[in-house]
Parts: sequence; structure tokens; C-alpha cells
Amino acid sequence: MTLLITALAAVISTAIWYKNAQKSQMMEGVLCWMYWGATLMWLIDAIFEYVELGAEYFTPAPIDMLNDAYLGVSVVVLGLIIWIVILLIKDPKGVIKAALFKKKK
Amino acid sequence: MACFLVPAAEAIVSTIATQVVKSKEKEEVVNLHNSEGIVEETTKISFSKKLGWLNKMLWGGSALLAFEHVWHGEVTPFAPFLTAVQNGEVMEMLKEMSTAGVLMSVIVTVIWAGMVVVSDVKAKQIIKADK
Repeated sequence: MTLLITALAAVISTAIWYKNAQKSQMMEGVLCWMYWGATLMWLIDAIFEYVELGAEYFTPAPIDMLNDAYLGVSVVVLGLIIWIVILLIKDPKGVIKAALFKKKK
Repeated sequence: MACFLVPAAEAIVSTIATQVVKSKEKEEVVNLHNSEGIVEETTKISFSKKLGWLNKMLWGGSALLAFEHVWHGEVTPFAPFLTAVQNGEVMEMLKEMSTAGVLMSVIVTVIWAGMVVVSDVKAKQIIKADK
């Protein structure tokens, strides 16, 4: 579930990046790379687990599935938090700069 | 256990490499026609920028994987920080790092290398089609 949720987040963020690529200053690319990196790493984790468990890997207990889904959503939220912090620090639109320094009339 | 440490270590190396490459490279200017047929001066994407893709995948993936390890109690906020070390499972941890951890780094790097090759081919096609 964690792998699926992160892969879904990677696909959605990539679609959003592609749609707004030429005019956006929201740094959606950071989100894409982060989620794709995590998806690939969890894919390797899943392959190792599959080798160990076999077909049982695809039939997890409901409580494990729920916990994994909870983890997946938490991972997506953490990714969004990291992205928003980077966005505010880099401030590509100059919003923070404008908030900190008001123009003299 | 601690597989995320391998891509995190690679992220440190690739970030340093990016800075070194960035300080040495020069802009490559290419003249391309825009949608209105007017010739525009553009700069080709630099290798340091492409290395940045790898850095983001490695740092982002390692950070989210580290969170998963905290979630499962494999990483703790106090020394020795790794439950495997605390429980005397160092050999198992190293085995996992050398298998899953190394494979994670290799796969991310191979995918990135593939993207670099595809983007180079695509750029060449665009330049060729523009002439």
C-alpha cells in the first residue's frame, strides 16, 4: 500500500508538473523527483519482500494493509511538507521577500 | 533496518559532484525557432542540472524511507539511533544494506542514467528538426 500510494503521488505530481511546466514557479519538479525516488526504493523493498514471502505478499492481513495505507498517506504528507519548506526558502515568486520588505511610498 | 543509508550516502557524493561539475561547466547556446518561427537564443540543459535530478531522487527517497524506518521503530531519536545496533543485529543490518540498499542506489542511478540518455537524444532530435 505504501508503494502504491507513493507511486500514485509520483504520477499525479508529474502530471501537475507537466501541465504547468512552462509558466509555474511552484517547483512541482521537487515533488516529482522526491516521490519517484521513494517509489523506486520501495519497489526494491517490495521485490525483496516478494522473494521472501512469495504470493503471500499480495494477500496482506487487513490490519497490515490499514497500517501500510496510514504510512503511505503520512509519507505523501511528509513529502508535501518538505516541498513547501523548500518552496518558501527558495521563494521563486519573491512572495516572502515582498512580505519582509515593503516598498517605501 | 537501515537500507536508506546507502542511497543517502550516494546522495552526499552526488551532491558534492554536482557542485564540482557546476563550477567547471560552461553554458551551451543553441539557436532554435520558436512557435512563431522567430529564431531564439536558448541554453542547453547542463549536466549539473541533470545531476540535480539524481540528487533530488536520492535525497527525497532516502528522507521518506528514513521516515518509514522511524515508523517501524527501526530508527530511534536516541543513540545508537538504529534498533539493529541496539539489539546486536549488526550483521543482518549490513547484509540488508549490501543487498536492498545497494540495489536501491543502483536502480535509481540506472533510471537516472536512462533519463539522461533519453533527454540527450531528444535534444539532438529537436536541434536536427529545427535546421
